[in-house]
Amino acid sequence: MQLDIFLNVAVGGILTGLVYGLMALGLSVIFGVVRVVNFAHGEMMTMAMYAAITLFAAFHLDPLVMLIPIATAMFALGYLLQVGLINSFITRPEHSQFLLLIAIAIIIVNALLIVFGPDAQNVQVAYAFDSFKIGPLIVDATKVYAAGAALVVAALLFAFFQYTAIGTAIRACADNYAGALVVGLDVHRLYALTFGLGCACVGAAGCMLLLLFDVTPVVGPAYTLLAFVIVITGGMGSMPGALLGGILVGLTEAIAGLLFTPSAKSMFAFAILVVMLLFRPQGILGKRTT
Amino acid sequence: MIARLTDGVPPRALVLLAALLIVFLMLPIFVGDYLLTVLILILYFGYAGLAWNIMMGFAGQLSLGHALYVGLGAYTAAALYVHFGISPWLGLAVAVVLAVIAGAFVGFLAFRFRIAGVYFAILTIAVAEFARVGFDHLGWTRGSAGLFLPVAQYAHNDLWYLRGHPVMFYYVLLVAIVLAFVGSRLLLQSRLGYFWLAIREDEEAARSAGIDTFHYKMLAVVISAGMTSFAGVIFAFYYNNLFPEQVFNISQSILIILGPFIGGVGTLFGPLLGAFLLEFVAEGLRTLLEWLRIDLPGSNQIFFGIVLLLVVVAMPEGVWPWLARRLGLSERNQ
Amino acid sequence: MKHMSQAKAARVTRRSFSAGLSAAGVVAGTAPFNIVRAQGAALKVGVLLPRSGVQAGIGQDCQRGVDITNGILKELGMPALDIINADTETKVEVARSRAEKLISDGAQLLVGAFDSGQSTAIAQVAEQKGVPFVINIAAAPPITEQGYKFVFRNFPTAAMILGDAFANQKELFEVSGYTPKSAVFLHVNDTFGTAMAGGINAVMPKFNMPYKIVETIAYDPAARDLSVEISKAKATGADALLMVSRLNDAILLTRELVKQRWSPNAILSMGPGWYEDQYLKTLGKLSDGPVSFVPWYDPNKPLSKKLEAALAKAHPGVNLNTNHVYTFEALLVASDAFKRAGSGNPAALADAIRKTNITNNVSPGPGIQFDAKGQNDKLKNSAIQNRGGKLVTLAPKVAANAKPELPMKPYDKRG
Repeated sequence: MQLDIFLNVAVGGILTGLVYGLMALGLSVIFGVVRVVNFAHGEMMTMAMYAAITLFAAFHLDPLVMLIPIATAMFALGYLLQVGLINSFITRPEHSQFLLLIAIAIIIVNALLIVFGPDAQNVQVAYAFDSFKIGPLIVDATKVYAAGAALVVAALLFAFFQYTAIGTAIRACADNYAGALVVGLDVHRLYALTFGLGCACVGAAGCMLLLLFDVTPVVGPAYTLLAFVIVITGGMGSMPGALLGGILVGLTEAIAGLLFTPSAKSMFAFAILVVMLLFRPQGILGKRTT
Repeated sequence: MIARLTDGVPPRALVLLAALLIVFLMLPIFVGDYLLTVLILILYFGYAGLAWNIMMGFAGQLSLGHALYVGLGAYTAAALYVHFGISPWLGLAVAVVLAVIAGAFVGFLAFRFRIAGVYFAILTIAVAEFARVGFDHLGWTRGSAGLFLPVAQYAHNDLWYLRGHPVMFYYVLLVAIVLAFVGSRLLLQSRLGYFWLAIREDEEAARSAGIDTFHYKMLAVVISAGMTSFAGVIFAFYYNNLFPEQVFNISQSILIILGPFIGGVGTLFGPLLGAFLLEFVAEGLRTLLEWLRIDLPGSNQIFFGIVLLLVVVAMPEGVWPWLARRLGLSERNQ
Repeated sequence: MKHMSQAKAARVTRRSFSAGLSAAGVVAGTAPFNIVRAQGAALKVGVLLPRSGVQAGIGQDCQRGVDITNGILKELGMPALDIINADTETKVEVARSRAEKLISDGAQLLVGAFDSGQSTAIAQVAEQKGVPFVINIAAAPPITEQGYKFVFRNFPTAAMILGDAFANQKELFEVSGYTPKSAVFLHVNDTFGTAMAGGINAVMPKFNMPYKIVETIAYDPAARDLSVEISKAKATGADALLMVSRLNDAILLTRELVKQRWSPNAILSMGPGWYEDQYLKTLGKLSDGPVSFVPWYDPNKPLSKKLEAALAKAHPGVNLNTNHVYTFEALLVASDAFKRAGSGNPAALADAIRKTNITNNVSPGPGIQFDAKGQNDKLKNSAIQNRGGKLVTLAPKVAANAKPELPMKPYDKRG
């Protein structure tokens, strides 16, 4: 196998993986703090993608620009969802949470079907077909922009959690719920904030992914599963871990597709998952929970 | 044994159960083929839900990849029939063995390495997906092109080869459900059942009391897997075509768990009630929308989702415990 | 087939049993309105399509063909149909129960269902009830190999599509003067793709094609990212790209071709996607060039022009395609059989369908007729090419309205 093909595929895998990582980041944040398994994760991203398409049709603004209003809207949605519905489910058994979010997912998917129809849709940005030629590498322009945006958003999120008071408070909740209560933190508000942030993340990721792939109402579940695989691989509750997990999965799928038959490449992502769960269940960068 | 079976059950419940059984035995005589099809779906998901419930309700392990066992059962029996003309009942024996091995594999991975809760659920999904993609490439079962069973006419019911009128499948599933129901009850009332209860309530305490939790959790998993594979055999011989994309799909797994979730996880009657309610609501919605002349694809699924939402919010334990309390049927020792 | 007379006898017995019950009003099939089947009433046809779920896009496209049918039947002076639409939700269980419901609500004939798995489930119900089932689209061969007497398919099998594809390709190479020497075969790993891949190995040697397939690359139908597949294909340096894909993949693949700067001399697709409206609209100038070898319509037949006009009126901007044509033709078969049978009795209808010979139709070939297995084996498949946002037919000669443009103009030279 010639080196330049290998490199091309690897670079493409890494860039796509970064965007996957951002999507998984939202899930990691939600699960790491609120401990709710968001089975409607992919569907929320689908909603954001459709929002981007609608706005693009109306205003012709690049999805990366519309990222901001869409992420904000998703934040509000997530906040309301948490406060209104999900909060009461935190103490409920896991299967109750699953059922709640499965129900929400079903509603979202079919509502999108009715409103937007079943045909695949996308945005036609001016640079949709550009690529950069760097020596033997031909790198897809949209992937570079999307991956770049993903890094920026991830960095912002990381800064928020590391350096702001609210961010630290949220991390405290995650590490020690009882302790947080004792110290007087308004845990419910923090949970709502976190869920909102997670949804904002996934909304941003949706805008970026729209540059790379088309959207139909039914793409959600595959992304939800992918997000879980990445989060578990990278480490639940670890932000760099989510990005790292994303890169790992993106890279593995790409290389496996190159070396073996591409139609089996998703098996490799699952194989990684199983291996991770066996030998390092906290993920690459996760903390070992007691 | 009868005493053990009925210990703690109020006589009202026994009478109702018996009445229900008689009704189900007689139903095919009165309903048309359309309702028969719906009833078969109810029995199918009721049975699969009962089998799934053993892993979750009794051993506390949430499996979201039960389609794996359905698929293994379906493909094993179907392939043996298509290639060698082997009866599905013999094929079932092989299918159960394979499902048990798969279940043991999943259980071993999970329990030996202390994977629980969400992680276990994701593991089960991953294994099922792995099987789906794997079978897509398996030539012997025709891969993604689909495995078609040769269909004979419905002239006579051939129980040995499961060829015949849907009524035959109805009664086979009914017998299976009764056996599964009684069997689960026996298991619950046995020593094994008490160990399971202990593990479900507090695994640490159970272990410190000297119970070999690994051994008993594995038992729950393999029993559940083996039972589920029978549902797969029925699926194969009833629909007569199999595609990995359909049989191992995560939506199949979700359909299986919806019944117990709605009806009441961990209860015996929950999965059956849940399966009935779900099909009833689904078909009811479709018929209602048809009658109202609303032709909007996707609308009945939205209403279905809303109903699910309402149930999960209003009745967190499931419909059966709520109903049982209302009817005064609760068991004294539950 | 010894079972046949037994089956007939048994079926009559069971049917008269239920008929007796329904007379007693005991059969519980919920129909909100009483069905009075007077002579002269329109034929009740149940149409089953995946209008929600994963295949919703195609199902709803087929539905467009259904919606314009009665208008055209009226123009032709053929009996109108009382069409009942049903949604299979892309699920086998729902397909089966919907079929049962339609029949219990009085449907005298069923049409559907695009997907091979769902069609098989419906076929079993139809066969058991003795209600004719006309399949609009579903290419899996086993469906008409089961010995059914009530199931008819006016759509080519994968083998037929392939055979015509190779024959047409040779014709095109001759006319255009360009012949590729090597090809890389890229196919989606789903029912249709795998059937075609299997078929190629069986069928291709018989045609003595001028090119060799240097590599076969199968990809996952759920794949989001096809850059790896294109990288591999590009690495082979083949002249032509042989394809079996679906709509979304076609768009993704073309984008990758452009981004990775590879323009094959010919893109020969033997499946959906590369000619569809979404593809043409999304890619604009970059959509020109690919040749698709698919079941299509004969643009020179008068009924085709009528169908095109009706579709343009009902859905402006939508090109006439396979989904509309074959769904329409299935309903045409129903109407034609009803006219000849003179009654809506399912057994009479089935007999009439077996003798179908519609020459004033839309699909290429001598017309609609069915062989002993219920398959229309006289269908011809066409070769079409994307040109300026429209589709032109290159082959077979009798159905052609343009000459092939090969080799394809490279992507980076398209301004």
